[in-house]
Amino acid sequence: MTAVAAPRTKRRRDSSWGSPLTYALALAVAGVSIVPVIYVIIGGFRTTPQIIADPAALPDPWVVDNYVRVMTESDFWLQTVNSAIVAFGTTLGVVTLGLCAAFVLARYTFRGREVLYTFFTLGLLFPAGAAILPLYLMLRDMNLINSYFAVILPQIAFALPLTIVILRPFLTAVPRELEDAAAIDGTGRLGFLWRIMLPLSRPALVTVGILAFVTSWNAFLLPLLVLGDADQHTLPLGVQNFSSQYTSDTAGILAFTSMAMLPALLFFTIAEKQIVGGLQGAVKG
Amino acid sequence: MTTISRNPSPAGGATAPPAGVRRAGRRSSRAAETRRKWYEIIGLTTPAVIVYVIFVLVPMGFAFYYSLFRWRGVGPPTDFVGLNNYVLAFQDPIFRDALRNNAFIVIGSLVVQGPIALGIALLLNRPFRGRTVFRLLVFVPYVLAEVTAGIMWKLLLTDGGTADALLRSVGLGALVRPWLADLDLVIWTLLFVLTWKYVGFAIILLLAGLSNVPTELTEAAEIDGAGWWQIQRHITLPLLGPTIRIWMFLSMIGSLQVFDVIWVTSVPAVRSLGASATMATYMVDNGFFARLWGYGNAIAVILFAISFVAALLFQRFLLRRDIEGAVTGRRN
Repeated sequence: MTAVAAPRTKRRRDSSWGSPLTYALALAVAGVSIVPVIYVIIGGFRTTPQIIADPAALPDPWVVDNYVRVMTESDFWLQTVNSAIVAFGTTLGVVTLGLCAAFVLARYTFRGREVLYTFFTLGLLFPAGAAILPLYLMLRDMNLINSYFAVILPQIAFALPLTIVILRPFLTAVPRELEDAAAIDGTGRLGFLWRIMLPLSRPALVTVGILAFVTSWNAFLLPLLVLGDADQHTLPLGVQNFSSQYTSDTAGILAFTSMAMLPALLFFTIAEKQIVGGLQGAVKG
Repeated sequence: MTTISRNPSPAGGATAPPAGVRRAGRRSSRAAETRRKWYEIIGLTTPAVIVYVIFVLVPMGFAFYYSLFRWRGVGPPTDFVGLNNYVLAFQDPIFRDALRNNAFIVIGSLVVQGPIALGIALLLNRPFRGRTVFRLLVFVPYVLAEVTAGIMWKLLLTDGGTADALLRSVGLGALVRPWLADLDLVIWTLLFVLTWKYVGFAIILLLAGLSNVPTELTEAAEIDGAGWWQIQRHITLPLLGPTIRIWMFLSMIGSLQVFDVIWVTSVPAVRSLGASATMATYMVDNGFFARLWGYGNAIAVILFAISFVAALLFQRFLLRRDIEGAVTGRRN
């Protein structure tokens, strides 16, 4: 590769304007993706009578009352905190357990290693949805119903296979020389994991962490069954409850739904590069 | 390969004790080293194995056991009915509707989302100013919670809602339908919502795959006078094969167990008539809410068995080359 010319052409290309057709198509695609979302956010600034009179119009006048109501009178903040507790707990568990297991599968040679790996990857074939009824019964017998752990532990378990599949090749790719050098300096394998692997595999860890976090943040079925106590409801349950409880308050539902969208949207905007970048290793080109 | 046996063991060679002692010492230090290695292996993997076994594998085993009973979920199951729950399931026209709907969603998702995602991914892979923004916008539906997206579409598509008002305002009032209430139409409406929600996932995967296509290849083809379409057709697409197959696999498994969007968007009355039921919603309706736990677990086993067989067949025939040895354990 011509090391000097290549980056320059690339930079020139990236900043150049595409053809009008490219922009027309891209605009159309982006429109279909976000216009409904924008409609919901703007709809939250209308009143229910306005919406009934003309569902497709702009706010006239704009009212912030719905948003104020959601933020002050509903359980929105409580549910956001619940979602955050569950999502952070899940992410921490997945990353810790997944890293330890993937480290062993990547850097140790032992009889049964591939069997263990296959054993974990088998989990990719176990749809979380299919296990939900027996899972509920088991959590009930363990007296975990109505506790955050009833959501966190199964979510960790079901996220482990994908985490290990993504992490293992990443950890295998770290050069042997580094491990040898660490060993010569008197660092054991555990020290190698902690001091060298952990910092080096940060991009991959962030990727699996984000995937686990978003999956947990959006999860509905498991919390629906195991979190009966309204004080522990997560945001998706809150949105669903609000919309079925106040069916006639269309504007309120729109405002609540918009508020529930915001954390995920913000989070994704910040982390988008990381997700796409991290998947590149997992998807063989 | 030999990650363990290496270990230069700095203490061993340094002081050079007499030959016999040295050999014995080395043997015992190697034994200690092996023991240490196994402690580490067991210590590091056990937590993951325990959580995984308890919460992923054990429940599926229990599901089969419970499915053999007529059981309301109180006390231990005692009313053994053999495979009767399975027979009942396949005799229930609503469950057969659910099976048909799942098949429709699996095929519909592949046929509709695949080409759309490919087109958008190729478009957004072209270098042009502002494409980062477009990429972000296209991913928005995928990031939203299923529940949020479902309620949003329910509000938009409700009778006399925004979608209808928009159609009327552009003079297409004749097209207005009861999108979520018409028993024949509702599954198409749901397929549309699912496509809107999940096409972004296919695009993310395809863009990741596209970025792995070496630019040397496309540049060489460009120098040889190949046009943009020719490059996509003869270089990019073939190299994208593995990514497409992985997406098809994930899409298929996801479609078989789809629950959230269906549950939230469709009206319970329509669902209970079978028009918008899927295996998963049928399972939760009957098992959890109607408290037919034995029956519900039978549905869980059927759902699991169908997903498992579909996954294995897919692995066997399409994915073999892509994730060799990962799931089937086949290596060649």
